[in-house]
Amino acid sequence: MPQVEKNGLKVWQVRDRNETLTRWGMWFALVLAFVWSWDAISDNTLWALMGNVGEVTLDIAGRAVPPRWSYMEKLWKPIWDTLNIATLGTVISLFLAVPIAFLAASNTTPSKYFVRPVALLIIVSSRSVNSLIWALLFVSIVGPGVFAGLLAISIRSIGFCAKLLYEAIEEIDEKQVEAITATGAKRWQIMVYGIVPQIMPAFAGIAVFRWDINIRESTVLGLVGAGGIGLQLKGSLDTIAWPQVSLILLVILAAVILSEWVSAKVRGAII
Amino acid sequence: MSVALENKIGTAWKRNPLIASSILRWMTSAIIVVYVFLAIFGTKSISSSLVGLGLVEEGFRFGTFGSVDKFFSGIDVNWSRIQRGLARGQEFVGGFLNPDFTSRWDHIVQGMYESVVMTIASTVVGIAVSIPIALGAARNIAPLPVYLACRFIITVSRALNELIVAIILVAILGFGPLAGFLTLSFATIGFLAKLLAEEIEDMNKSQAEAVQATGATWLQRINFGVQPQVMPRLIGLSMYRLDINFRESAVLGLVGAGGIGATLNTAFDRYEFGTVAAILLIIISTVMVLEYLSGFIRTRIK
Repeated sequence: MPQVEKNGLKVWQVRDRNETLTRWGMWFALVLAFVWSWDAISDNTLWALMGNVGEVTLDIAGRAVPPRWSYMEKLWKPIWDTLNIATLGTVISLFLAVPIAFLAASNTTPSKYFVRPVALLIIVSSRSVNSLIWALLFVSIVGPGVFAGLLAISIRSIGFCAKLLYEAIEEIDEKQVEAITATGAKRWQIMVYGIVPQIMPAFAGIAVFRWDINIRESTVLGLVGAGGIGLQLKGSLDTIAWPQVSLILLVILAAVILSEWVSAKVRGAII
Repeated sequence: MSVALENKIGTAWKRNPLIASSILRWMTSAIIVVYVFLAIFGTKSISSSLVGLGLVEEGFRFGTFGSVDKFFSGIDVNWSRIQRGLARGQEFVGGFLNPDFTSRWDHIVQGMYESVVMTIASTVVGIAVSIPIALGAARNIAPLPVYLACRFIITVSRALNELIVAIILVAILGFGPLAGFLTLSFATIGFLAKLLAEEIEDMNKSQAEAVQATGATWLQRINFGVQPQVMPRLIGLSMYRLDINFRESAVLGLVGAGGIGATLNTAFDRYEFGTVAAILLIIISTVMVLEYLSGFIRTRIK
């Protein structure tokens, strides 16, 4: 137990000297990194313009309130598009993610050394790139519109769904698989009767969870031209129509809260 | 199979259906089919096929609702545009085989520098702000009014997409990394405070009580009773958030909030797929290094 002598008395300490020094060094490095970073941000900021930030904020807020409710009738179509991008995107990505997950899980993959790394590479590259960057790419390939957003969401979700799904497959109870194998079942029968029932709850949970995330992401895809309500947001921002912007933001907020509520309910019902 | 034979050998076993009630099962399937049809093809396809069959006239209206076409729009796929675009897709794939690091190297370095700086600063500030909020949002140590206020902050932060916050902040503060830094700090609060608060709520109560029994003040109770219990989780979450913040900083540039995203957007706009590939490769490798690092640190703490 670390102690120090003070006036002939032994006083308890939380840490001994070396540990204190290491911790102090780590904190120092952290502070140094932060100061350096803040300095760099500050260098790239025109502080002279920041004097009237309060006024600008109040000005924008004043223009944004009240929201232009009549604009709502033009928002129904983008809302429908956003919902479709998220829902169909989730469905497509699940169709693609299931085979990839089976190829990536170490207990179902046909080949640990050739197929599994390829499947893992697909998962990693799909996950590492943000859906907006995927959207940028698909907008430049298939042109602006809902289809580009749909592709972006589908491709981006593959990695997420496949990763969670293959982890679920790796955690299954092998005994059930063995029991099915012992009946003389074929490979696909083992999958359908031995593995699939075990991962079904996880699968449903992942689907709903990803759908929730996709609703959030598809609301902003329009900023790069990939359809949905983000397109209206970008248009309103570009024309500095703040009452429309505030209405769209309210709609997005409502959509996000609603989708989170739905997904929480459905997941609660499954689990 | 005949009924007599079935009686002899007994009915074959069938898997239980996912939805037990058959009416509910059929209705769910029907709703799904109708939805998928409307989402993909839209109502326009119905009206145009009705026109094609000669059942209704061109441009017919459905009572007071007006044209049917605009009820539900499907996905418009412009095949000729895609055909032209496929060449670009090939260029993009070609760009990955032959990434061009050199021609925009200065911009890439500047963008990466901004992204890294934003990531570090926002993670530090975000964590510093989330810790008190997490303490307030844990029901077992905070009084109800504080709890509700802190939960409200967390909910707002989680509900607002980073990009939307960034747009608003860019409108207020102007272009540059300051808006990105504030956006990421704000987003960190929702993530970290929520998970940390849940960790605090799950902690072992007796340790905090033991510290309290020695006559410790509130601050000492938090510092010696609570903090040691949640520290491993806090460090793990912080590392994870550093990782997320870097990924997010890569897209904030799209709306003018600084970072590598601006460089990437410019490269896409100019169809410079070699540069795009170079930037994406840098982002992916940085994310993988960060992910490996955070995984390493998280396993060492445990």
